[in-house]
Amino acid sequence: MGTVPSALKHCLSYQHLLKEQLWIGEQASQPPAAPHPGQESQASGLPAYVKIVEVGPRDGLQNEKMADHKEVMRGIERHPGVQYPVLTPNLQGFHAAIAAGATEVSVFGAASETFSKMNINCSIEESIEKFEDVAKSARNMNIPVRGYVSCALGCPYEGNIIPTKVAEVSKRLYSMGCYEISLGDTIGVGTPGSMKRMLEAVMKEIPLCALAVHCHDTYGQALANILTAIQMGVAVVDSSVAGLGGCPYAKGATGNVATEDVIYMLNGLGINTGVNLYTVMEAGNFICTALNKKTNSKVAQASFNTGTVN
Amino acid sequence: MAAARRLLPRWMVPLRPVSSASASGALPKRVKVVEVGPRDGLQNEKSLVPTPVKISLINMLGETGLPVIEATSFVSPKWVPQMADHTEVMQGITQLPGVSYPVLTPNLKGFQAAVAAGAKEVSIFGAASELFTKKNINCSIDESLERFSEVMAAARAANVPVRGYVSCVLGCPYEGKISAAKVAEVSKKMYSMGCYEISLGDTIGVGTPGSMKEMLTAVMKEVPVGALAVHCHDTYGQALANILVALQMGVSVVDASVAGLGGCPYAQGASGNVATEDLVYMLHGLGIHTGVDLQKLMDAGTFICNALNRRTNSKVSQASCRL
Repeated sequence: MGTVPSALKHCLSYQHLLKEQLWIGEQASQPPAAPHPGQESQASGLPAYVKIVEVGPRDGLQNEKMADHKEVMRGIERHPGVQYPVLTPNLQGFHAAIAAGATEVSVFGAASETFSKMNINCSIEESIEKFEDVAKSARNMNIPVRGYVSCALGCPYEGNIIPTKVAEVSKRLYSMGCYEISLGDTIGVGTPGSMKRMLEAVMKEIPLCALAVHCHDTYGQALANILTAIQMGVAVVDSSVAGLGGCPYAKGATGNVATEDVIYMLNGLGINTGVNLYTVMEAGNFICTALNKKTNSKVAQASFNTGTVN
Repeated sequence: MAAARRLLPRWMVPLRPVSSASASGALPKRVKVVEVGPRDGLQNEKSLVPTPVKISLINMLGETGLPVIEATSFVSPKWVPQMADHTEVMQGITQLPGVSYPVLTPNLKGFQAAVAAGAKEVSIFGAASELFTKKNINCSIDESLERFSEVMAAARAANVPVRGYVSCVLGCPYEGKISAAKVAEVSKKMYSMGCYEISLGDTIGVGTPGSMKEMLTAVMKEVPVGALAVHCHDTYGQALANILVALQMGVSVVDASVAGLGGCPYAQGASGNVATEDLVYMLHGLGIHTGVDLQKLMDAGTFICNALNRRTNSKVSQASCRL
């Protein structure tokens, strides 16, 4: 706007602004105890704490380059208090996951029959039956199960998806024992309007504290959609470091929302996440260098010096 | 650069929500989208764009239904070489009835040249930061407003409406944090001088919905919400969320730049303006009327990106590529 001087990346005040006002690098290294579910920030009516579910290593890398899951599970260093869920589409996958050391699993339903058919070659009902087998075994072994509902705001095949269908599938997953239902805008077509209508329908069937949103940024709507969800009381948000994972339905388009950008927004809203934004940015820088690709996180793009990953 | 036309997936056309009413009772039913690509966008692009290309872009944007298109800037070519052809651009474009084509005028000389070239609306720039004003135009905020009073007087005499911009409303690259009270103070001064609308600019894109809400709450005590606009930069990916909060507070004028033209001069390689396509996509999804044809807007974006030999910053456009 107006006439502008040259780049000022080294401006001290700018760095101070980022650190002091925006908490980049200033978060406590230990996550504080999570407040009670549904606890609200006094002034704003927003949740005081939001749990971030990092899906980059699975959802992100699945759409970039998939590492060998067994070796990954065995090789990672587990921190106490941190969950490392893995996807298990059926009983066989579940047993393999447990054998490799998984202590939490996820199952994927969809709110669209066509998507379910094209993706896993069975109807929604048939997929639910398979998940019930997984849920039953998981229950016996005291393994928590997280449920995902794809196409919650639109389907690449069917187009518009009605909110009551999302509510119906969510209810089935919740009833079979999933402790949390992550509602996925799989192709990123949702807007705050459709997010609100969908959540209103789902919240009639599932308690708020068991809901999460998994927004794709394919149409740039993710943060606005996440904000809408948070304003409605949702306190769990999925995201992917560096915005890893393009959209398989729109070539060249982005997919997952970047964790860095979500944390930045939540920090600015005074919402606690327990996450150190700078450390996430370093992890994002690491994986982008390894994949030889540019980060999809705008916060990372704006914050790193020139000549970063690409 | 792909020559393929970017199309919205067929099942998404026309884009309309399930209900025709606004999704939330609190949101405006109509939003005026102010297109700043030809000025703010091109001014911050590295490549210089030939005059005929600028004229074509502005004419294409005129066909989209956009009500306001900021055409150019009557500042000295010494400072902003990208806008050196301001007179030719103003004289070359087709000014459609019902569409405004405001231009930037930093001083009386610029104002007079603008009007002579056919401008019917002008804009002036203030800032909520003393240091930013000092670094930018080498004077204090009050002195800058004093300079503009000449423009205001001339505009009033010529019956030319003036739009006021306030920069750095959510943060300054020099001062850091900016107090909401300061933004309110500067906005009030510009409004009192006679600006019909005040566009509040998050110049470095650092704002979040929290700081946007705090700032607007302060400004709305001094300036009626009907006279307010937001100009959000997407440098930290926060623009649409910030715009959503502004809409929820009653703001119904939003600035944006086709294809997200115009990087951020303060963070090399980072993005700047929010993309008009992405904004319109959100507004239509909320059931808010803009009068804008998204497909034609995307076509204009494709055109200018081809001319600049660069990729679009609009995610809607990227997702709609027909490849």
